[in-house]
This record gives sequence, structure tokens and C-alpha cells, in this order.
Amino acid sequence: MPTKPRDNTDLLAGGLLMAGGAFFAWQAAGLEFGTSLRMGPGYFPMVLAGILFLLGLVIFVKGFGREGEPFGPISWRGIFFILPAPVFFGLTVRGLGFVPALFIATLIASRASVRMRPLPALILAISVTILATLVFSYGLGLPFRRFGPWLPL
Amino acid sequence: MELFSNLAMGFGVASSLANLAFCLIGVLLGTLIGVLPGIGATATIAMLLPITFQLEPVSSLIMLAGIYYGAQYGGSTTAILINMPGESSSAVTAIDGYQMARKGKAGTALATAAIGSFVAGTISTFLVAIFAPPLTTIALKFGAAEYFSLMVMGLVMAVALAHGSVLKALAMVVLGLLLGLVGTDIYTGAPRFTMGITQFADGLNFVAVAVGVFGIAEILRNLEDEHDRQVMTKNINRLFPTGAELRQMVGPVLRGTGIGSVLGILPGGGAILASFASYTVEKKLSDHPEEFGRGALAGVAGPESANNAGAQTSFIPLLTLGIPANPVMALMIGAMIIQGIVPGPNVVTDQPQLFWGIVASMWIGNLMLVVLNLPLIGLWVKLLTVPYYVLFPIIMAMCSIGVYSVNSNVYDLFAVAFFGLLGYVLVKLRFEPAPLLLGFVLGPLLEENLRRAMILSRGDPMTFVERPISLGLLVASALVLALVFLPQIRQRREEVFTESDA
Repeated sequence: MPTKPRDNTDLLAGGLLMAGGAFFAWQAAGLEFGTSLRMGPGYFPMVLAGILFLLGLVIFVKGFGREGEPFGPISWRGIFFILPAPVFFGLTVRGLGFVPALFIATLIASRASVRMRPLPALILAISVTILATLVFSYGLGLPFRRFGPWLPL
Repeated sequence: MELFSNLAMGFGVASSLANLAFCLIGVLLGTLIGVLPGIGATATIAMLLPITFQLEPVSSLIMLAGIYYGAQYGGSTTAILINMPGESSSAVTAIDGYQMARKGKAGTALATAAIGSFVAGTISTFLVAIFAPPLTTIALKFGAAEYFSLMVMGLVMAVALAHGSVLKALAMVVLGLLLGLVGTDIYTGAPRFTMGITQFADGLNFVAVAVGVFGIAEILRNLEDEHDRQVMTKNINRLFPTGAELRQMVGPVLRGTGIGSVLGILPGGGAILASFASYTVEKKLSDHPEEFGRGALAGVAGPESANNAGAQTSFIPLLTLGIPANPVMALMIGAMIIQGIVPGPNVVTDQPQLFWGIVASMWIGNLMLVVLNLPLIGLWVKLLTVPYYVLFPIIMAMCSIGVYSVNSNVYDLFAVAFFGLLGYVLVKLRFEPAPLLLGFVLGPLLEENLRRAMILSRGDPMTFVERPISLGLLVASALVLALVFLPQIRQRREEVFTESDA
């Protein structure tokens, strides 16, 4: 078992920043660097990526030798149901159209809570869809296709 | 007096029937969403932004400003009634406001917050009107080097005023700057960090980033642990404060306004610091410091005024320099750009109608908040009793519509999901998201001015220290950064933020 105190949060945070810095540096390496007089598209990003990596390194190193606070609970259920909602909406808003895409996206999002029963979720999704269609599509006239070409309408 | 004729013109613009209506809708919508617990002003504005796209520039900015005040006011209502501040700046209000509510003085606390905010709003609107025009004449002399140094100072202040670790805030700024560079390079047209996705050629959509990092990350955090909220609904007493209570308020409100006005101008989000500074001052000056934390009226009046004054004066750097002082102002910049306005000193001279219209509408918005929201308080309270599991699917639906309607770009919705996850991971790792958004907005501007300055000086980096204004700004930033790392200040800073978290 580990005997030395470590702040796992900061170790992870530092590691993540270093990975981010390395990623941006790798991407910027393919861009023209230029000179100080005429900076190329890669100059500024490369400098920033370097700073990000260094900051990550310092945070990582400082994570050793001190005790961190506990990480706390992680809302896995939220991640699995909240994040796919906008993605699903994005994938289907052109094909299915605004009304069905929004209805299903809301339904997906409502599954993120353990407290939401199926029937109330259905009622909620229907009311949200009707209201949003009235306000955004009819009221504000946003150029959404209400029902898309994927539907046999 | 030029000031009064300008203000009169502004009121002429702002009090047209259409603009009054948009201001009203903005204030009401802002309060409506702002009241929802866990959704702060930034996420509210990001979500409601698309509603304003179809409007004329003046109307759209008036409505957005209304949403901003409304959201802030709604945030304090939530802080007082259920001790759950939507925004860090109303965290201070929650300390004594919630205690007042528990003692059965919820109505008085709400009215105090509203009246304090209104007085502060009135005074600081005048401050904006007085100080913004002369500042723009200075700003017009700014070259690329000065702009670069000014933005560096803004980012350094954002780091200094952020919660928690300075190193982490610094990392957030840098990460934000990098994310801001995604898209086509303006000088060479080379695509950068787009992963070959042509839909990101214009850069990441800032609404998507803001909604993800502030809105969705917050929902995920609230879903970690679902518990019932205690709403102080039963005991909303009479709203209007007594004469004695009004007299008690005068000092804290005026002092709070002063503190808030000064700190609000500082780039980097002085609002949270303003409300805390005001709370500390009132506690020090009070004859009964032991009342603080147990429902002191001054503990609500001072911070709320400071908060609102800071919210107003944070428009000064935006309208004069085109530099956002906090994430909300960063969203305003985005809105202005979408409307085809280049934020900066030219706004006052080229579009006086727009500038003075916004200034006047700030005051009108504040007036509407007092006149309309106090009677409507019962409605907002009812909203608080709606359980969270009903609210967040609605919020998700609105986020999806809002983000998609900006550009009708499907990839923006994927970006929302990504930044929601990123925002949640960052919060779990105790990073502060506000500096990230500031960096994101300033990234392209910072790079452009750096490159331009270097070309103008023929590659000599001394240009930044040879020009006096630029040198002054850089020295100031270096001082602030040095101060933050000094052991005593560091300790004091941690104390300040720990106490304001409590």
C-alpha cells in the first residue's frame, strides 16, 4: 500500500494538462512555425502548448507529498444519458426533423435521473416538444424543418 | 451638458415600445432561468442567446443585458430561499439571506436584495455613462502592442481572482487560449487543430463551449447526489421593509455600490470579490458583528449592491476596449460579433445610438426588476418547488435548440457534449471554468495583436516595453502575478475564498 501521501486529484489534473499540452504541440508541429518577425500559424500555439505542458508538470510534481481531498461521487448515470442527448439531437435534427429529434433527445436526457418515472418523462418530453415547437419554430421563425425526409410523411 | 443629451438620446432609443418589450422579456426570462437552482447567469445567457439573433443589434443587446440582470436577480432569490447560489457571486448573499429566510424574514431579505440592487444599478449606470466616453478616447490611441498587453493584464487578473489554485487557473487560461485558436489561421488560411473537420474551420462555437462548460457540467454535478431541497415558502412575510430597516440599508448599499463599481471594472470577474469585500467591510463596520451569519440585513444589502454595481461597471471595459471582464461579457462580445458589431472604442463614436441605448436600458432593466419581480415573487417561489429531475431535461432541450440555432451546425452539438464532459472533468479536478472561457474568447485577439505588433516593430519584442502604456500594463500584470504568489497574500487569498464558499 502507498505510504507516501499523494494528491491524486492533482496528479490526474497535471497528467491531463501535460497530455493536452503534448497533443496541441503535436498538432502545432505540422504547422509553419515562422520567425518572430513573421510568426507562422504554428508559433503562438506551440508556445502556449509548451506553457500548458510545463504547468501540468508543476501541478503533477506538487501532487506528491501532500494529501488531497477525496474525489467525491461521479454521476455516471448523468454522463451516460445527459451527454448523448445533444449528440442524438445533432444526428437526427436534419433527417427526422426538429419535432421528433427534440422529443427523443428530451426523453434520453430525462433518463439521467433515477427519480424520473417513465410516464412523467413521456409527458414532460411531449410538453417540452410542443412548447418548443410553438416558440422557436412558429413564434421566432427559426428555420428548422419540423419533420424531416427520413419520415414517411 | 453633453452627458445629459447623450443620456436623453439613449433613453429615446431604449424606451421605444419594441425595445421596452424586449428589455421586459429579457428581464423576465433571465429571472425565470436564473431562479432555477444550479444554473448561473453565464449558462442562462448562453442558453437564451439564440433568441436574440433575429433582432436588431440594439434590441438584441438590450434584451441580453436584461437577461443578465434578471439572471443575477433570480440567482439571489434562489440563494436566499434555498441556500443554493446559482452563481459564485451570490454565494455571499446566501450566508445571511438564508438565515433571514429561516427566521421568517424571507420577504424582507428579497426586498432588501432588490432595492439594494436597484440603487446600486442606478448609481453605476451613471458611472458607466460618465467614464466610458473618456476611456474610449484613450482606447482609440491603443495600438496592437497596447492591446496585447491589456489582454495579458486581463488574463492575469482573471487568474488572480479565480477560486482555488493559481497554477490551475493559469493552466485554464492557457488551455482556453489554445481552444480559441481552433479554426483557420487569419494570416495564412491554414486550418489549425480542426482534426480535418471542415465544420470547425470557423473555430469552435463559443456558445457551445459556454453551454458545455458552464451549463451541462453543472447539471452533471447536480446529478451526483439528488436530494430534496428545503424551500422557505411557507413564511414569506410582508415584502416592503419598515422605515427602520430602510435606514439600516442606506450605509451598506452605498458602500457596496462603491466597492462593486471599482472592482467590477477590473478585468477577470471582480463581481465575486466585490460581494465578498462588501460583506467583510460591513462586518467590520457593524455595531453588531455577531449578527453576521445569523441573518444580518447589512449582510444582504451590501453584497447584493456590490454585486449589481460590479455587473454594471463590467460593461465599461467591454464597451470601451472590447475586452470582456468576465465570462458573461465574453458572451456579450460573441453576441455583438454575431450582430456584425466590432466591440471596441469605435462603438461609442460610430454607433452612439447603440452605446447610449444600452446604457439607458441598463437602468430601465433594473427598474423593471424592482417593479415587476417583487410582486411576482410568489411565482418564482413556486418555480423553486419544481423538482430538479423535471427541470434538467427541459434545460437540456433548450441547450440543444439554442446551440444548434446559432449556425445550424450539427458539429456544434457534438462540441457541446464534449465540452460538457470536459467541464465536468475539470470541475472534478478542481479547475475553475471562468478563466478558460475568457482565454477562449481572447485567444484569437491576443494572437492577432501579438503578430501585428511584431510585424510593426520589425520583429523587435522590445516594442511591448518601449511604449509607455503597454509597459505600464505589463508591469501591472507582473506585479499582480508576483503578489498572488507571495506567501502572505496567497494565504489571505485562500482564506477569502474559503470563507466565501462556506
